[in-house]
Amino acid sequence: MRSANNALEVDQLSRTFDVSAPWLNRVIDRKPKRYLHAVQDVTFTVEKGKCLALVGESGCGKSTVARLVTGLYAPSEGAILFAPAVKGRGRGRPMEAQMIFQDPHASLNPRWRVGDIIAEPIREFGLRSGAEATEARVAELLRTVGLSPDDGKRYPHEFSGGQRQRISIARALASEPEFLVCDEPTSALDVSVQAQILNLMRRLQDELGLTYLFISHNLAVVRHMADRIAVMYLGRIVEEADTEALFANPQHPYTQLLLQTIPDVAAPNRDRELMGGEPPSPLDPPKGCAFHPRCPMATDQCSKTAPEVRARAGGGTVACHLAPAT
Amino acid sequence: MSMSTHPPASDALALDVRGLSVEFPTRKGVLTALSDVSLTIKRGEILGVVGESGAGKSMTGMAVLGLLEPPGRVSSGEIRIGGKRTDKLSEAEMASIRGSMVGAIFQDPLTSLNPLFSVGQQLIETIRLHSSRSRMDARARAIELLKQVGIPGADERIDHYPHQFSGGMRQRVVIALALAGNPQLIIADEPTTALDVSIQAQITALLRRLCREHGTGVMLVTHDMGVIAETADRVAVMYAGRVIEIGPVEEVLSRPKHPYTRGLMGSIPALGARVERLAQIDGAMPRLNAIPVGCAFNPRCLDAGSRCRQVRPALVTEGQGSVACLVHDGGVQ
Repeated sequence: MRSANNALEVDQLSRTFDVSAPWLNRVIDRKPKRYLHAVQDVTFTVEKGKCLALVGESGCGKSTVARLVTGLYAPSEGAILFAPAVKGRGRGRPMEAQMIFQDPHASLNPRWRVGDIIAEPIREFGLRSGAEATEARVAELLRTVGLSPDDGKRYPHEFSGGQRQRISIARALASEPEFLVCDEPTSALDVSVQAQILNLMRRLQDELGLTYLFISHNLAVVRHMADRIAVMYLGRIVEEADTEALFANPQHPYTQLLLQTIPDVAAPNRDRELMGGEPPSPLDPPKGCAFHPRCPMATDQCSKTAPEVRARAGGGTVACHLAPAT
Repeated sequence: MSMSTHPPASDALALDVRGLSVEFPTRKGVLTALSDVSLTIKRGEILGVVGESGAGKSMTGMAVLGLLEPPGRVSSGEIRIGGKRTDKLSEAEMASIRGSMVGAIFQDPLTSLNPLFSVGQQLIETIRLHSSRSRMDARARAIELLKQVGIPGADERIDHYPHQFSGGMRQRVVIALALAGNPQLIIADEPTTALDVSIQAQITALLRRLCREHGTGVMLVTHDMGVIAETADRVAVMYAGRVIEIGPVEEVLSRPKHPYTRGLMGSIPALGARVERLAQIDGAMPRLNAIPVGCAFNPRCLDAGSRCRQVRPALVTEGQGSVACLVHDGGVQ
């Protein structure tokens, strides 16, 4: 799959967390070590200038993937490869990837002025020489995200949630990355503010040629933003395809369930059937296909063997025994 | 408790709020959190209350429950639950109303349940507080409630503790608790916000079914228009502490009259089709200490005229709903 067109290639990425009880408790209770397989065998690529979205419910491992990609966690297995940076690596060079977090209240230092928050990466990487050039760059970044250069003198608490998320974006852009990892960037915001931020992110993508890895649980937002979608369930990607293909013809039963259950303002389904089932604990995943206890079409095979990831009819991949063959 | 006589019309209403205002006296002056809010909920009806953070939607629910944080206080207006006036009651009288006449479901089911007691103990306590059932009777009723909210193996699960339930199941337990006293009204404040989408649909469908069966009125407070579209019968849109539009859900969502409601609907990414750019309302909701004179929405409104900056629009009936906008009430100039 190596291609010069890809901004990011992730190959068979796994991450395991040790969640064992302390040593003494284990010895007394004679319990073995326990491991949480947060991400298992995840493979995907993101093309330059495109947006790949990871969707799934809480505990499916989508945020762990985000943190692995930005290097906040080290992978247990597998590889993460960024495209060679155009401007090279090292001091005085831009970062390869930056991250925008969900909660703009927690991700900005309350004791720093906004200007300093944004200037920090510029100073740290030596991207501009001299205080004046740094200041000019901060003012430019603030304008880019729709704030005024004077806002740099204020503290984060003086801003609303949407404005704070704009500051987070400005800080992420300060190190001039080509790749942005956005972990639920609008989930903490109101809908009208969410629209402002999504529009801003789309505009920045066009202007700066950014590549996004967009993490969200909101399929409507994902449909608006993403070129390609990967659906995750219990640490694995169960289906990946182009946005329109996935929405038009979801092939994994879990994708179908997700698409059916989202309340839609335009076409509400008021006579919804009560659907049973909840995601199982990732500590104790079901044998075989992890989705089989909730799957309406599950067969014997599903409870015994885990399905392989294979080519999906109409492009992309799917991991289901019952998906139509290509 | 002496009951004064009220117009018989309000007996059919689970909730009747008229001209409710809530104030917070502070050192820098009095902040008006709710201003002249009027709404009604029939028995068996779900009224959705939507708005962005700071619009006053949760505050309305809290005022009805008598749970305003001091120094907040109801400064004017009337609240009637099942025909009974409740806004002038003492703390002790209000405590006996909560649970028996009005139940509550909050966003986070983990904080609504006591982690030190089994769900059975919590249900039985609530049932016995509001009726004269024996312990055995109350237990049978608790199991029946757990079955009604769709908890499998209720006979066994009743002795489990909250941490042994998943998020969706916990929210079902909270709904069972809210129903335990057979209230006429349930205030559900963001009941599905903490849940995943596939669970969210289960909970809203359950809420709809139970309120029909029990004839309970529900005030569904949420920021999620999708949930409103699928669950509510009528919807009230709030902005800066005021109700700006209220009406049947199909009418408000598909033919919104207020410019704010229109903007809100346009800013939601649709599942059906992809647009290049979402409609956006520039700016943000005003803070309580800086609510503009006239229509509170006028600085963000594309249709605003000179009259909008002077006259505060009142709710006027139009079609099956009401809207508070000068475009619909004498023009903006």
